[in-house]
Amino acid sequence: MKCRRCKAPAVIDVRRHNAAFCADCFLHHTREQVRRAIHEFTMIAPGERVLVAVSGGKDSLALWDLLHEIEIPADGLYLGLGIGEYSDDSGRYVRDFATARGLTLHEVDLRADYGYDVPTAAAATKRAPCGACGLSKRHLFNQVALDQHYDVVATGHNLDDEAAVLLGNVLHWETGYLGRQFPVLPAGDGFARKVKPLVKLGEREMAAYCVLRGIDYQIEECPMAAGNRHIGLKETLNQLEERSPGSKAAFLSGFWSRGHDAFAAGADEERAALNDCIECGAPTTAERCAFCALRARASAAEPVAARVEIRSAR
Amino acid sequence: MNVVLRNPRRELQIPGPMTVAALLARLELVPESVLVIRGDTLVTHDARLTDDDDVEIRPVISGGAA
Repeated sequence: MKCRRCKAPAVIDVRRHNAAFCADCFLHHTREQVRRAIHEFTMIAPGERVLVAVSGGKDSLALWDLLHEIEIPADGLYLGLGIGEYSDDSGRYVRDFATARGLTLHEVDLRADYGYDVPTAAAATKRAPCGACGLSKRHLFNQVALDQHYDVVATGHNLDDEAAVLLGNVLHWETGYLGRQFPVLPAGDGFARKVKPLVKLGEREMAAYCVLRGIDYQIEECPMAAGNRHIGLKETLNQLEERSPGSKAAFLSGFWSRGHDAFAAGADEERAALNDCIECGAPTTAERCAFCALRARASAAEPVAARVEIRSAR
Repeated sequence: MNVVLRNPRRELQIPGPMTVAALLARLELVPESVLVIRGDTLVTHDARLTDDDDVEIRPVISGGAA
């Protein structure tokens, strides 16, 4: 295969674009897709303070690198989840990345700073581990951004992540979630703005970006995410994509342009009805927010080790 | 060729030559879900792999939806 732009030998094919790229042109392609997403959805204005949520995985490290490549300065925030060696390794990838580039990295550790970790929270609350993890991340990314006076929190959610979430939301007609699923969530009382600059790039492209840029990242799958619903939805969408390239992008972009507005008003009403958590002040529908409730139960529980599952090859 | 797979990590010996697309079909892997790396270089699905190649098949699906 030849590169679509320069006709040099290609290193990656992107079927939804019916194109292949050499290394240099692929890196150009990724930067352009991020620029377009930021512009199209008015994600980040010049001079705003940006906080990137970094996990040590390919998407968030690629995002941090890409923002600097397109001259949008950003600091990082790493949340230590306490998932055994997996978290130890993930933190090391993030610190090495930041140190090598002289970037500012904030760190929060669930066990040290809040008295619990994800495996213990999952066991104590009988929630799926990904639920406890996601709740902790959403709350603390927002809190750190507000406390440290960042204008915007950028996350590494890519096209595949968003298409899988959309499929899950549609399958169960989660109208509230559909109203909030968009590449930008505006700031509001108690909320920092949230943006997803990778929504025009698939996760295969993000992994390729890291390989081509020499970014070391956590390749292993989170032991607590193995077999979760989200991964199953991605596998289903990839089967569709194999037969009909471009299906995931069409599904997602069609929702943004023709579906989201139908659900957005309900989400706005939900937000307007929120009150302050009696413990931490975060917006909530209840007296005490879901994070404080999780923390109270998990921090009182005996710590448990991460559950490790051995999976067969996909 | 020597083929490294991950999650869990394991190695296979597979006779070449064959294309990347044929290798993925033989292993029943969906091309959209993996990257194929020969040595330290990414390769496209039409690239031809030989007996002497060291090949890594790297999964790209990650699980977090938070």
